Amino acid sequence: MLDWLYALWPGLEASVSLLALEPPGWGGNLLRGAWASLQIALGAFALGLVIGTFGALGKLHGGPVTRDLLSVYTVVVRAVPELILILILYYAGTDILNQALQAMGQRPVEISGVVAGIAVLGIVQGAYATEVLRGAIQSVPRGQHEAARAYGMGSVQTLRRVTFPAMLPLALPGLSNLWLIATKDTALLAIVGFAELTLETRQAAGSTRAYFTFFLAAGALYLMMTLLSGRIFGWIEARYRRGQVRQ
Amino acid sequence: MTRARLAQEILVPHRLVMIAVAIGLVVWAAMAMRWDWIPRYYDLALQGLWRTIWLLALSCLFGFMLAVPLGLAQAAGPRILAAPARAFCTVIRGTPILLQLWLIYYGVGSLFPQFPWVRESELWPYLRQAWPYALLALSLSFAGYEGEVMRGAFKSVPGGQLEAARSMGMGRFAIFRRIWFPQALQRALPTLGGETVLQLKATPLVATITVVDIYAVASRVRQDTFIIYEPLLLLAVIYMMIAGLLALMFKLLEHRFNRGMVG
Repeated sequence: MLDWLYALWPGLEASVSLLALEPPGWGGNLLRGAWASLQIALGAFALGLVIGTFGALGKLHGGPVTRDLLSVYTVVVRAVPELILILILYYAGTDILNQALQAMGQRPVEISGVVAGIAVLGIVQGAYATEVLRGAIQSVPRGQHEAARAYGMGSVQTLRRVTFPAMLPLALPGLSNLWLIATKDTALLAIVGFAELTLETRQAAGSTRAYFTFFLAAGALYLMMTLLSGRIFGWIEARYRRGQVRQ
Repeated sequence: MTRARLAQEILVPHRLVMIAVAIGLVVWAAMAMRWDWIPRYYDLALQGLWRTIWLLALSCLFGFMLAVPLGLAQAAGPRILAAPARAFCTVIRGTPILLQLWLIYYGVGSLFPQFPWVRESELWPYLRQAWPYALLALSLSFAGYEGEVMRGAFKSVPGGQLEAARSMGMGRFAIFRRIWFPQALQRALPTLGGETVLQLKATPLVATITVVDIYAVASRVRQDTFIIYEPLLLLAVIYMMIAGLLALMFKLLEHRFNRGMVG
């Protein structure tokens, strides 16, 4: 079926057979790597959202010490390369955990790559999410909070019923950006030796010397992830913007 | 902020305590941790730092030079130029920079030795080294992100400004140079400042293709001496200082660009 294409493009047949899903081809490894990347990105994004929510609330309503500590956290994370943070947090996290386990009389454990990746990228994401959510919460008009207060709502109820739904459409563009950063930052875990998409690609490319084939294929996989999630975020945003005046 | 207000902001009891704790931590780190490796690696570290800085500066410069036509093509160009520009920005922004770097270094780099005319050319001594590939990858990546920023900036300049310039009899190039570009740049500057810090944070990736920047020096210390935390902490402090300097530089630039502006 593809013979005419192969005739036009001599290298294509070899590339296609290299990308085959069964073992002589490396397609299966690439897809497994992509799945691992996606899992880490999802976990890190979720953890980042949790940290970001508390961070934003702490920055807005916390005491002076909380606020200052949170700004140290966001400034440091946003100024230091992710790669270095990953290394520091990875080593320090493993060390602290094992010392704690030893103090409790347990045997030291090896932290799995997925958990470490999620934790580290989540802490990085949390700093950015804090700023995104803080900005969004701040741009909800004061009158809405005051109206909720006047109706006798408590602070949790105000958050759940008024602040959160009102700030979500404002936060979504920033959050979708963060999600894209999360998917791309998973590639950094290749450097600490975790077998996600980029490392799988490099191993496949290194052992077959077909660098272009594999790097372009991996690029296409990443691009598919980002374009698809762009669509999904656009859809969510349209949904939450219903009934809002367009600027 | 005036000096008196600055003092007022810092001299609050809880901040003084926090500063004291921070100083205490620094003193503890200086006393209790191992720093005896610094003299041995001092020269190498300075070279690495220099390499990081010029990689950053040149890649931002080349990237920006490429970003202006990319932004312009998307904002005002005909479809035939706008579509490829948009595709380029989408691909760059949609894939990790580590992958782009490796594609250019391992992929393009492995093609060159096959052609005799490349090996005989005068550029070959450079093409055998890693840094041209690092610079190319970083520049292309910066161009992709900034092309998108410049597109927005060019679009946000009010049409009346351009019409006024045209009615003054300015040519296309004069309008671009005198009216359109300066105003777009002024709008883009705050974003560009942030993006430059992001670019700084991408530079340590070049260590994976054997460019010896400051990060690579720290990794070498780690491998040679098995000291883990100290080089990484020092590295974090160095990057924070560079990021701080960049932020300051862009603040001054913005201040200069905003002279004579209302609001």
